[in-house]
Amino acid sequence: MTIIKRGFAALAAGALSIALAMPAVAEPVKFDFWFGLSGDLARVVDTLCKNFNASQTDYEVVCTSQGNYDATLQNTIAAFRAGKQPAVVQVYDVGTATMMLSGAYKPADKLMEENGYKIDYADYFPGIARYYATSKGEMLSFPFNSSTALMYWNKDAFAKIGKTQAPKTWEDVGADLQAMKDAGYECPMAINISANESWQLMEQFSALHNQPVATKNNGYDGPDARLEVNKTKFVQYVTDLKKWYDAGLIKIKSKDLGQDMVQAFASGTCQVILTSVGDHGTVGKTQKAGMNWDVAELPVYAGTERKNSLVGGASLWVLSGKSDAEYKGAAAFLNFIHDPKTALFWSTNTGYIPVTKSGFDYMKSTGFYDKAPFKGREIAIASLTASEPTEITRGVRLGNFTQIRAEFGTQMQAIFANKVSVQEGLDTLVKNGDAILDRFQQTYPGKTLP
Amino acid sequence: MEKRVTFGSWTIGILFAVPQLLLIFTFFYWPAGQAVYWSLTLQQPWGGGNIWVGLDNFRSILSNADYWNSITASLVFAGISTGLAMFVGLVLAALTDRQLTGSRFYRVVLIWPYGIAAPALAMAFRFILAPEAGFMAVVNQVWPGFWDPGLDGTDAMASIIIAFSWKYVGYNFIFFLAAFQAIPRSLIEAAAMDGSGVIRRFWDIQFPLITPTIFFLLVINITESFQDSFGIVDIMTSGGPANATNLMVYKIYSDGFKGLDYSGAAAQSIILMVLIVVLTIFQFRFIERRVHYR
Repeated sequence: MTIIKRGFAALAAGALSIALAMPAVAEPVKFDFWFGLSGDLARVVDTLCKNFNASQTDYEVVCTSQGNYDATLQNTIAAFRAGKQPAVVQVYDVGTATMMLSGAYKPADKLMEENGYKIDYADYFPGIARYYATSKGEMLSFPFNSSTALMYWNKDAFAKIGKTQAPKTWEDVGADLQAMKDAGYECPMAINISANESWQLMEQFSALHNQPVATKNNGYDGPDARLEVNKTKFVQYVTDLKKWYDAGLIKIKSKDLGQDMVQAFASGTCQVILTSVGDHGTVGKTQKAGMNWDVAELPVYAGTERKNSLVGGASLWVLSGKSDAEYKGAAAFLNFIHDPKTALFWSTNTGYIPVTKSGFDYMKSTGFYDKAPFKGREIAIASLTASEPTEITRGVRLGNFTQIRAEFGTQMQAIFANKVSVQEGLDTLVKNGDAILDRFQQTYPGKTLP
Repeated sequence: MEKRVTFGSWTIGILFAVPQLLLIFTFFYWPAGQAVYWSLTLQQPWGGGNIWVGLDNFRSILSNADYWNSITASLVFAGISTGLAMFVGLVLAALTDRQLTGSRFYRVVLIWPYGIAAPALAMAFRFILAPEAGFMAVVNQVWPGFWDPGLDGTDAMASIIIAFSWKYVGYNFIFFLAAFQAIPRSLIEAAAMDGSGVIRRFWDIQFPLITPTIFFLLVINITESFQDSFGIVDIMTSGGPANATNLMVYKIYSDGFKGLDYSGAAAQSIILMVLIVVLTIFQFRFIERRVHYR
């Protein structure tokens, strides 16, 4: 009996001494990074993390995919309430207002300053920076994966109707779609009308035409903003889309129905789609062999002075309540991501665009945009920088915007199913959206957006 | 003489019950109590604080037309899918019980659907019922525009009812078959010798004898159709088109977790809980009367 006890004691002592000896090898400081991308994109993020860990020995970032943007925010909130939050988290564009009022973050600009990193914030494309910055221009989070909406058009189909250029106005689009229909194309243009398409159909459209989505400069000036899309040019746009849908010029394509619009375009079934530049790579990889296609800026109505389009994607937030050592690591990580070389790696392996001018210039200097698979993506930058952002083309900063987008999908479906008229549907969208905003405001009494 | 076993001491009885009570408290009463508290406050999602609002959450939910639409959709879904799943399960079990050719095979195979997770089966049905690519594409070619769950709310509701019923047919089948097999063969044989046919034997002997099982399955199916529909709705329709399939349990999820409106979602779960309790009491009070226990 005593022998066994002694044996255990010896084993325990041995284990202890090994455990004590380990840290002597200067263990790097570990910190967590949670992100919301999956599949191919998650593998690219993992590689990015490996590259960061290999680039220095002081810190080690542990990158965990949470599946998608919604789940990332939900899981982060749950973890935060339990005191187990990650140091860095990727939050999607529309979560910005929620994050700003959460009181759960450490401002990114302060973090960088405290840790001795100099970031030239003027280097960010203004259209990207202002989406995430406070109304005073401070960067509370760092733009990460960024995209904007473009029009994808099938050159072969347009050649059939004698066009070599993508249409620039919605009036031309209408005529071209009709011509394609007459030329025998079953599906001249594909759209989808779920919550996700609020981005290209409502938000991007409104920005390009300098039309507000909500009062108070789209919510930048306070949480008492209310929707007003039922009395802007957007009404005419929905009316036209519905008219073209009824005339068979537009078909609805979604995953639930068997084929989403990107697949419909890549397979040559549909000739025009409006989607993110992030799909550029997917279309290229999955397109029907020999199909000629290109991307163009989203059209505007004739006589409109075109403004910048909005950025979509996500930014990186640093959460409060972590140790100084972890913050040092987080700052080093953000600095690594800010590097133009990382921008090149990131954009080459995904469809996302660089977020800084220096990143863009560096990529141009390497000839990135001259080569076939990436040619055309510079149009996204042109679209984002079409003008200096105005008060209402900075972005949309509304609380619980995810729910408002869901309401957009619901009302668009009601309109397209002929349950309500365009005006009725948009009035209901505004009414229900305002109820969501009311509730958000009541949840944060007396708080204002920074 | 008193035949029942009685315990002299209360403490021993309570001691035996304590582990179970603790479990129920931790995993049911405590979270349910928390939900009640949340439903009476406005919770900031990040835990920054909350405000007592009394019954405001309930008032705003019950005055919302979308919510009533969601209740109606849930009731329609519960009614039709319970009826369908129980009817098909009953017919299949009755046929299997008759020892027709291959009944041993069916007995095993028909139980499988219940073993499939809701999201997986929803994914399968999404492919099967896709209007442009699946089985329904064939139907759509014959009658263009016949099937369009993307825009037609009725079609979307039909899709989730089919998927849900398909799963619960297997569950009901097991119970019905067990009930049928518990009926003494001599009863059926005696009836057969008296010259009654299959249908007659079913209605006069088997059906009355399995009413306890039917009642049990009715309660379970209705309760489950309120709760277990989530995975199917999430994968197949996401509550659309135009809220046609936004069942109560899905609305709780989307308001609470997507919309970060924890208080509103808590209030909705309280309402859902009350509704299920009321429905169950109703069933015990009025339908159980017609059940013959042996």
